[in-house]
Amino acid sequence: MGVSVSAAHALMTASTFSDSVSKLSQVISAVVVFFAVLLLIFFFAGRATGRFQRPLTIAIFVGPAIALLIVGLVIPSFRTFYLSLHGASAARNAPYVGFRNFRFAFTDPATQSVLLNTLAWIIVAPLVATGLGLTIAIVVDRMKRQSLVKSLIFMPMAISFVGASIIWKYVYDYKQSSQPQDGLLSQVVIVLGWKHPPNWLLTHPLNNFLLMVILVWIEVGFAMVVLSAAIKAVPDEIIEAARVDGAHGFGLFSKIQIPMIRATLVVVLTTIMIATLKIFDIVQTSTGGNFGTNVLANDMYTNAFVTNNIGLGAALALILFVGVLPLVGYNVLQLKKERSNR
Amino acid sequence: MSVEAVDTKRVPSTGAAAAKDIRTAFSSKWASIFIIAFTVVWTVPTVGLLVTSLRPAKYVANSGWWTVVEHPHFTLSNYNTVLFGKGATTAIFPYIINSIAITIPATLITLAIATMAAYGLAWLRFKGSDTVFFIIFALQVVPLQMSLIPLLRFYNFGAHIGKVPIFPALHLGGKYYPVWISHTMFGLPLAVFLLHNFISQLPEDMMEAARVDGANHFRIFRTIVLPLSTPAIAAFAIFQFLWVWNDLLVALTFAGGTPKVLPLTGRLEQLVGQYGANWQLLTAGAFIALIIPLIVFFSLQRYFVRGLLAGSVKG
Repeated sequence: MGVSVSAAHALMTASTFSDSVSKLSQVISAVVVFFAVLLLIFFFAGRATGRFQRPLTIAIFVGPAIALLIVGLVIPSFRTFYLSLHGASAARNAPYVGFRNFRFAFTDPATQSVLLNTLAWIIVAPLVATGLGLTIAIVVDRMKRQSLVKSLIFMPMAISFVGASIIWKYVYDYKQSSQPQDGLLSQVVIVLGWKHPPNWLLTHPLNNFLLMVILVWIEVGFAMVVLSAAIKAVPDEIIEAARVDGAHGFGLFSKIQIPMIRATLVVVLTTIMIATLKIFDIVQTSTGGNFGTNVLANDMYTNAFVTNNIGLGAALALILFVGVLPLVGYNVLQLKKERSNR
Repeated sequence: MSVEAVDTKRVPSTGAAAAKDIRTAFSSKWASIFIIAFTVVWTVPTVGLLVTSLRPAKYVANSGWWTVVEHPHFTLSNYNTVLFGKGATTAIFPYIINSIAITIPATLITLAIATMAAYGLAWLRFKGSDTVFFIIFALQVVPLQMSLIPLLRFYNFGAHIGKVPIFPALHLGGKYYPVWISHTMFGLPLAVFLLHNFISQLPEDMMEAARVDGANHFRIFRTIVLPLSTPAIAAFAIFQFLWVWNDLLVALTFAGGTPKVLPLTGRLEQLVGQYGANWQLLTAGAFIALIIPLIVFFSLQRYFVRGLLAGSVKG
């Protein structure tokens, strides 16, 4: 790699290497054991006969998933509700405090701004991402080399929120305007004539929107791909009929196509909304929740794991849950409707 | 391999004429310019990251990455520094191993358990199997933040009713197991949903024929369902791989920040504070973290898109 490697460095590398090998072999043996046990269970359960055969089969196929979901999601949800009614202490016997944590969450100015920011996130980011995704899905359709364009726009989907945040933190980087710039955004606005751009990530409330750009950057590709497929799935007869009735151009698009893909539009919107509500990594990496950019999921993490205010952390998680509840209901209804159509 | 590959559904002539009509409403030079500009804007930040990671430190500190057009100076030393470092505290190589050690089991275990459950719910048809499916689907939207605190306490203290222990404390701190198990729990709802969509559509006669031949469910699952469901399993495998590889929250919570277990994302998040303005190192680290999911993503993009569409488009 063009760098002289010192003896100590080589030693360190060697020990890291052997450490890695032993770690990976442990992991591989764990996986092998898991699948071996599974095969054994299959083998012996396959021999079972009589009255217990059917219940046993059901238990083996569905049991592990149900058990994991009960332990991992169902019980913790009730437990979180219980914790949210109790005091800050991480100990077993935190005192019962009623709804004090919730009252605090809605009256404390810092937490209020967290709730406001979260509201702004779930309104702005999904709408912008879906809107852009829809526009591109329609426009890109007529282009040559559209697969290249689509792949490039879709690429950020594969990048972690942490990686994306680093990419954009660099775009937003600030240097005194007398020095050469290294942040792309500052450079662009200077070229455009804004001589003294601000320190972007410290400027409230602008910084909130700059962080939303990161999420939009990731989600537009998702919206584009799903909506583009939905547009292509609209039955041709319907478009034909509308054309015979005299609809064309933009009218055909807004009056026929949009209503036809409304269900998909809503699915895309809710999916991005749910992702937005849980957004944690972007804020944590970019600003750590400082400078007025904190959001619910990040504040919840800080309370629960950094400042050890478990009760308040649980209360914030519950507020988050109540926030997504209407979306859950909507999605279940949608799925029921779809399945009864089959 | 491209996004386009799956989009070529059906565009018969009448529909094509209609679609063309719609297109003309949007077709203009401006639309093309918009798309090209948009693609450039969408790609440039990543290009900037790559370029910066390849520049020597002294240039990175004094000039923007776009100046490489005039002064091309490149080096790989940034990668050497972040990978192996001057001391164990800076090197990210062990964290890459952690990421791999977390991602592979978390993907495989989730797939195995979810495929079994999807088959059970779709073809065993017991009382309440539909209800169970709907509940699992609804669990998709429970924010996993709800689970973190109780689950961590469960791992650390076990479960009690009153003072009676019903499950022992597992003392899993500093091990991979809690991260694997947690990822499996959180990945299951989506996995079961997507795989169930696919597996329930498998041809009924084939299952029936196998049953007449005396095959039990375990045999049918192994010899018929698994081979036929490979596309759906592949689609979800990519999902789960990307999700686990890119996750920060679950890893931070259950790995507890120990270097023994912490994955690459967690390390990167620390480096943001630690390297501060050393952009050449930070970008090199970030690029290493990007490259593996990007390779997986671009080589398997077709399946990934199919997986996305399975849950959200009614054709």
